Amino acid sequence: MPALLLEGLARHFGEREALSDVSLSLAEGQTLVVFGPNGAGKSTLLRVLATLLRPHEGHVRVLGSALPQEAWAVRGRIGLLGHEPLLYRQLSARENLRFHARLHGVGEARVEELLEAVAMAGRASEPVRTLSRGMVQRVAVARAVLHDPELLLLDEPYANLDPAAVELVRPLIGAACGHTRVICSHDPSGGLAEADMVLGLRDGRVSLVAGAGDVESDAIAELYR
Amino acid sequence: MSARAEAPALGERAEQPARTPVRPPGLAATVNALLRKELLVELRTLESVPGMSLFAVTTFVVFHFALNRNSVEGDLAAGILWVTLLFAAILGVNRLFVADAEEGGFDGFLLAPVDRSAMFLAKALALLAYLAVLELVAVPAFALLLLGPSLGQSLPGLLAVLALGDLGVAVIGTLVAALAVRTRARDLLGALLALPLLVPVVIGGARATAPLFSLTHATGPPGRWLLTLGLYDLVFGLIAFALFDFLLED
Repeated sequence: MPALLLEGLARHFGEREALSDVSLSLAEGQTLVVFGPNGAGKSTLLRVLATLLRPHEGHVRVLGSALPQEAWAVRGRIGLLGHEPLLYRQLSARENLRFHARLHGVGEARVEELLEAVAMAGRASEPVRTLSRGMVQRVAVARAVLHDPELLLLDEPYANLDPAAVELVRPLIGAACGHTRVICSHDPSGGLAEADMVLGLRDGRVSLVAGAGDVESDAIAELYR
Repeated sequence: MSARAEAPALGERAEQPARTPVRPPGLAATVNALLRKELLVELRTLESVPGMSLFAVTTFVVFHFALNRNSVEGDLAAGILWVTLLFAAILGVNRLFVADAEEGGFDGFLLAPVDRSAMFLAKALALLAYLAVLELVAVPAFALLLLGPSLGQSLPGLLAVLALGDLGVAVIGTLVAALAVRTRARDLLGALLALPLLVPVVIGGARATAPLFSLTHATGPPGRWLLTLGLYDLVFGLIAFALFDFLLED
């Protein structure tokens, strides 16, 4: 059974169609990279897959469960790293991670393990509002993988990270993690290197869907023209 | 886990790691986690309780001068206390979900495999705690600035009435705050929705409190008003519990 199966997915906000007739299938353990200019519907797609938005048309199956009817069955099996870090600014990194760990039934040892992994153990007691964007992104990565999710939904996951930090989080959210991933990216070469499958969106519609081996960087660049 | 563990080169597929089975937390554990977070955020920001308390004390000072009286008793005293507590509570209601809405707390919670009613219970308990602290400040200030009869004998009865009133404010306030927080005019909408729904609580609270503030010192609050408050709390508690999940849905 595929990890993701979309058939004619549509989602609108009032009159505006954010996604229209999106269809694809992604096998377990594979990586789908979604390209498209700002406003193309990438983040909306991630939020639908994360069960945070209802699909308005079409059929969506995530990890074998139909959305939105069986959304309860996939919550806790998805890790979302979006534009917002989903961290309380007044709480420290450790307090935030402990809070999310309790919501997911994960032990506190995992929190310390991840703080070490993203090299934030030394600043873990400081309020998130005092951390740099890159540090916040590292904590957000730790939050997204805290419960060892089967499906990772990553919206420009390396934004705000310097090269050293990118290497730091790669074992957690890169190909090495081995989980099924959906990544939104604006980086054609970097994105293609991570992809098994490529989806190109433009104005909420599918412009390109193909295996990564069949797609050239030029085709991705064309989406942005 | 090492941060720089040997990662395969880009594009190279790693073995699928064995997933540790995780048991989702139960309702009590989720409420506990949410409540701890809620109180921690309030302790750090001091955005709700100090504002509510200061508002109440300031209002009593205003009443003190506006009425041009050194003391009030009976119906008037009960009315002043309950109306002041109501408006102070609205300040807390308006702030109840702001951090969650602005900092992604809703999404973080919705992604977790937990009962969504836990958020209602945790928020209502947090609001109840804020109201208790508010009253720890406001009631002595009221007794000092305005109340004629001493509180001594009537204190147990007053505490019972306040507890029932607070429960109603917490339940209705949480429901209304969850409704209003996703709108642009949340501060206005929160107050506009909460005030009519809380009028029965104020009426019940004031009627039950008035005999306690009379110069003749009633022994306790009238039972029928306590019962009215209790029933109102129960009905709205059930309605809010049933509706809350839908308010969090997209």
